Amino acid sequence: MKTIYVDNNATTRVAPEAFEEMTPYFTELYGNPSSMHFFGGQVQQKVEEARERVAGLLGARPQEIIFTSCGTESDNAAIMSALQCNPEKRHVLTTRVEHPAVKNLVAHLKREGYRVTELPVDRHGLLSMEDVSRTMTDDTAIVSVMWANNETGVLFPVEEIATLAKSRGVIFHTDAVQAVGKIPMNMAESQIDMLSLSGHKLHAPKGIGVLYVRRGTRFAPFVIGGHQEEGRRGGTENVPYIIGLGKACELAATNLAEKNLRVKSLRDKLENGLLEMIGNSIVNGDREQRLPNTSSISFEYVEGESILLKLSDKGICASSGSACTSGSLEPSHVLRAMGVPFTAAHGSIRFSLSFYNTEEEIDYILEVIPPIIEKLREISPFWKGPTARSCAAS
Amino acid sequence: MWVYTDKVRELFNNPKNVGEVEDADGVGEVGSLSCGDALKLTFKLDDEGRIIDAKFQTFGCASAIASSSALTEMIIGKTLDEAGKITNQDIVEFLGGLPDKKMHCSVMGQEALRAAIANYRGEKLPKEDSEIVCECFGVSEREIVDAIQHNSLTTLEQVTDYTKAGGGCGTCHERIEAILEEVMGLAGAEPKPEKPAKPRLSNIQRMKLIEETLEKEIQPNLAKDGGSIELVDIVGDRVLVSLRGACATCAASDITLKHYVESKLRELVTDTLVVEEVAQ
Repeated sequence: MKTIYVDNNATTRVAPEAFEEMTPYFTELYGNPSSMHFFGGQVQQKVEEARERVAGLLGARPQEIIFTSCGTESDNAAIMSALQCNPEKRHVLTTRVEHPAVKNLVAHLKREGYRVTELPVDRHGLLSMEDVSRTMTDDTAIVSVMWANNETGVLFPVEEIATLAKSRGVIFHTDAVQAVGKIPMNMAESQIDMLSLSGHKLHAPKGIGVLYVRRGTRFAPFVIGGHQEEGRRGGTENVPYIIGLGKACELAATNLAEKNLRVKSLRDKLENGLLEMIGNSIVNGDREQRLPNTSSISFEYVEGESILLKLSDKGICASSGSACTSGSLEPSHVLRAMGVPFTAAHGSIRFSLSFYNTEEEIDYILEVIPPIIEKLREISPFWKGPTARSCAAS
Repeated sequence: MWVYTDKVRELFNNPKNVGEVEDADGVGEVGSLSCGDALKLTFKLDDEGRIIDAKFQTFGCASAIASSSALTEMIIGKTLDEAGKITNQDIVEFLGGLPDKKMHCSVMGQEALRAAIANYRGEKLPKEDSEIVCECFGVSEREIVDAIQHNSLTTLEQVTDYTKAGGGCGTCHERIEAILEEVMGLAGAEPKPEKPAKPRLSNIQRMKLIEETLEKEIQPNLAKDGGSIELVDIVGDRVLVSLRGACATCAASDITLKHYVESKLRELVTDTLVVEEVAQ
């Protein structure tokens, strides 16, 4: 059975070019970049080249790139640094739809006595700039707002929020794990102070991340140890993965607009095809302000895990915001924050594409899904035929 | 990814007895769209009072669909009295097992069957008179007690796995703990074998054992929630402690102290110990 992988917001395949560039650094070129000898020195050069490549994708300076172990570490490092550098400020401003890397960290901070505001989103998953402005106070140590939502792909106006934060003297951080490599960005013309990215979301391996810290932003290290990363992140560099990430960033930066157009057209073909063929189906999240690769679509009156399992039997890999898939009993916090009705939230499926996907794959998915939904609806006690009132209309 | 047995996968992919029995004698509906799973069971009886046909409609995950299908297969051919004896454990056995987090699917089957039988007999379900404990998922005290008794549950987490109760906002956790204690207390009063008598300890041995239990048993568990405990003093049977970290500010720290720390110490050291929190 052929594997059709449309779960790229979960993780991506390592680009073969990146893998190839990494391999010698596991075997022959195993030196420590901190060493004084030529053997380590050549590795250090390669690490610095990777730093330049990452900076290139972000439109940043190489000195502004700190390598970490993952997106979660980057998020933690950014927020904890802002709090440590501004001990008199006790407020954190964020949103209700953040990734657990931020969501659970701020929940922890709340227990530690910090004041936390989690801004609501509307039913399209969008933020109100008025809310952002109203809740940002003199006491706010950091504003952390994700760039793109992992479940719906909805984009937040992070540049606008960053500009506002700058004018109020507040540090702005964005979890850009889902955005980097999928949309163009240029830190040179931005007011964003800190940005997190994760390698495995853009065709580098799992276990490598980056925290971008704008020059001039005060920073307190999260991992304290050796002098690596100019004392901003202790621990011997994960050399092969850094090199893999560098290559992946270089690949992502190449023909980004062209690749995006292709991914978007595949995504739109899939989404429109499903909406057309399957009644009582709804797209979750704003369809304009959105990543080009993501589609979160709910099939009313059926349950997501059942759909995923049947897709999986056909070789198709996707995700769901349904309760059952996560082991929790409630549907995803993102869909709940958007007020997606329960009829739809439990039956949501996320397709997230990459430029490795093909039109044939999309055709295959479009062929496979309608009978699956039909069969599950036949079993469902709530399905009264396609005339059933759609909750989305209410 | 969940690991399902072949039987679960088979019944999920090819469920038996899907639909609604015409002119059903009994109809049982449990769950709801908001809960994420729901089951409608209908059955028909023959002249001798045996179930000749049973069908189901289910909204839910693979294990919910498989449990429903299993239920219909199990009850066809049985009298209502025979069918009424089927428990969620029987459904789990029929399926060759279910993941812990999916046990509530088998409970849903049992509940639907009871509801359908009660519907036929024109009886009220005992749960209808029972107080709702978990508002999020509409789970009554009666359902929780049943699940604890039928499945010998001992922890809050298990109660959530089996009934969903406590899986939402969490405000009912204390109440569930209290029900657990009550039911387990009752069960313990009857057949539970006498615990082996603990050896008599000298004062020093006892102090050491308290210290060791706190350090090795209790501390690691509190640390999981970001909390910490420190032994301040031992005066007779009174163990004076101070809570730190997340425990210090946690609203539920009283419960942690009494229900967890004290009971653990009583279990492992001496059953007369009383734990008290002191300010540092």
